[in-house]
Amino acid sequence: MTAETPTRPRNTQPAAWRHSDILDLDDFDVDEIETVLSLADRMREVLDRRIARVPALRGYTVVNLFYEPSTRTRASFELAGKVLGADVITITTATSSVVKGESLIDTVRTMRAMRADAIVMRHSMAGAAYLAAEHTDAAIINAGDGSHAHPTQALLDLYTIRKHVGDLRGKRVVMVGDIAHSRVARSDMWGLTALGAEVVVCGPPTLLPRGLRPGDRPAHTESALPPVIIETEIDRAIEGADIVMALRLQSERQQGGLLPSLHEYSQFYQVTAERLKRAKPNHLLMHPGPKNEGVEIAATVASGSASIIEEQVTNGVAVRMALLYLLSGRTELSGEEAR
Amino acid sequence: MSPGAAAGIVLDADGIRRAVRRIAHEIVESNQGANGLALVGIQRGGAVLARRIADQIEAIEGTRPPVGALDVTLYRDDLAQRGIQPQPQPSDLPNIEGKTVVLVDDVLMTGRTVRAALDGMNDFGRPRAVRLAVLVDRGHRELPIRADLVGKNIPTNAQDDVRVMLEELDGSDGVMVVSGRVTR
Repeated sequence: MTAETPTRPRNTQPAAWRHSDILDLDDFDVDEIETVLSLADRMREVLDRRIARVPALRGYTVVNLFYEPSTRTRASFELAGKVLGADVITITTATSSVVKGESLIDTVRTMRAMRADAIVMRHSMAGAAYLAAEHTDAAIINAGDGSHAHPTQALLDLYTIRKHVGDLRGKRVVMVGDIAHSRVARSDMWGLTALGAEVVVCGPPTLLPRGLRPGDRPAHTESALPPVIIETEIDRAIEGADIVMALRLQSERQQGGLLPSLHEYSQFYQVTAERLKRAKPNHLLMHPGPKNEGVEIAATVASGSASIIEEQVTNGVAVRMALLYLLSGRTELSGEEAR
Repeated sequence: MSPGAAAGIVLDADGIRRAVRRIAHEIVESNQGANGLALVGIQRGGAVLARRIADQIEAIEGTRPPVGALDVTLYRDDLAQRGIQPQPQPSDLPNIEGKTVVLVDDVLMTGRTVRAALDGMNDFGRPRAVRLAVLVDRGHRELPIRADLVGKNIPTNAQDDVRVMLEELDGSDGVMVVSGRVTR
């Protein structure tokens, strides 16, 4: 196993954590990603204790504000906060004043008025978390905004991959499926390329995002997405892969007309045992969940020996603990050394 | 720390070695041997010192007590004053249930680190007794905590910086007091 604690000369202050919100990974540099990953390693150790509870965030209030359904991300943030001793409340739109027409900004301000320190937000609209961050001094964590970004999922993917392969430089990571609608894919692209992985995205042309379709790498998207290899043929994509990540076909975000049929899609793009034979012998299989087994991934593969899907879930709690901890100290980096 | 600060060596490598050896002897004597002992060092300096004390106990008694390391970052009550620490160290404790645990740290000052360590240890088990061993006691306690075993008492000003350097972490052994009045 890797992810060693970097040795830092003692009696020097670690670099200050400059992020007051976690919106996406496009503005994270390598050192900042490393800070999160090595801190997550410590948090994983806390999580694995018999009594998994420390008082680091006592008096800190985390509000989960979910405008879209979620099981694992929501539970993951709740647990992360609770293990660190924070108070965590969860608001879902079905039971909140949002149904009475309260605006996003109002809701966020209301939460802040109740002394929420961090707001974890999921919303179907891209950019929702950015809007919220502009209108509150609570820390905003983007837990998914439309098809745009899901930075905490990307960080847990990086952490999980790192635990297995160590240095990501030169490793071939293949994402297969509905890239166009996947916020996970977008955030993963930023994180994986930052750490030096070779990233391949594969799907039917209609499910590749604008700017990533074959033949359209024009200048206007240069800054919008990091450099990745585009492939529409799954066998070619998987060839020599170290990591294969299957992505969920997001039927709820599709207006129709993108696929001839579900059956045809799974014929051509399902990650199957047969297709994985082209990957490296010690390849790993990931999926951010929730899975549509039999659509983008074969059931036998999802529970097969290469699968590290459940590990992703556990690591998600540790990574979110690390992020909450880092955000909790953002205004307090005075760094007075007292013993 | 500003370059103009006056620094004085108060304990050299030999001094540290003697202090560690004496502490090991005192532990063995009060415990009547090495049975039922466990050493827990507070990351990072204390963890190194705990291993050295264990080496000495092994040399004296022929048996090596279990040694572990505890990081107290997540148990501190002064995060707001100190700022967050993005790099806590791992905690790796031996079985402490029913043991006489000697908690080891490099410098004892306010006592807040020790308080946090006592809290932290609670999550790993219930020791029969806990003793505190420190290489340097520099005074300025803020909590009712005292060390059972002290390498050296060093009177300091509250603003001074006591630096313990250990070969395993810093390349050489030594304890320095850096006068803090010129800083800031």
